[in-house]
Amino acid sequence: MFEISLFEVLIILLSVFMIASAIIAIWFKDLLASVIALAVMSLLLSLYFYILHAPDVAIAEAGVGACLTTAILIITIKATKRMEGDEE
Amino acid sequence: MKNEEMNEGKMTVIVQTIAALLFPLALIFSFYVIMHGHLTPGGGFQGGAIGASAVVLLIVAYGVKHVEEKMSEGGFSVFESLGGLIFVVVAIFGLFLATSFLANFLVNEPIFGKIPGWGESPLNSGGILPILNIAVGMKVIGGLSAVVLILALISREGEEK
Repeated sequence: MFEISLFEVLIILLSVFMIASAIIAIWFKDLLASVIALAVMSLLLSLYFYILHAPDVAIAEAGVGACLTTAILIITIKATKRMEGDEE
Repeated sequence: MKNEEMNEGKMTVIVQTIAALLFPLALIFSFYVIMHGHLTPGGGFQGGAIGASAVVLLIVAYGVKHVEEKMSEGGFSVFESLGGLIFVVVAIFGLFLATSFLANFLVNEPIFGKIPGWGESPLNSGGILPILNIAVGMKVIGGLSAVVLILALISREGEEK
């Protein structure tokens, strides 16, 4: 039968959560919630990089993906509108 | 949240206090990652991104107007250009003092000259790599902070019209 190690279980769990948060980011109509879901996906991706023995890329991903991109998108949402699809 | 506070771009007192506490810690961690770039994971870009995210934290918590009084976009531009200048000057020193562009001319010199052996990691090692890491870190901190600051300023001007 199959023998699954802890490493593989962790990778499968991380992949499932990442895909789920990416789908949630598309599904929400509230763009602020979408941005938070994207930040969660970025954080899980940096954890993934750390498990795959690339701590260098993990630090860069956590700094740029989870923090700077979120801040830029939040500033942009503040300047435009918060909900998707409503015409003013 | 009240409307006046939203217009100023500020957040609540809780967020402001936590941001003021976290800002020096994030800067210290950024300098740590930059200074240990030649020994541990990380380097100029990673440390610079962490330092820029500390500045972005201040912008999000306190509003761009308050931050812009303390540190201007012109100052960030000068900081960034200084980083690029240090990188190129050190690289050209390698061309004149040693064999080629970016040659490691500081090896076996008294400062930064030691090559670390297996298992030891002195900070005073690596030749010109720490200097180049510091230059790249200055460039990334200045560049990313200036980008976010200008974006926030422009979006604020759009709100006022």
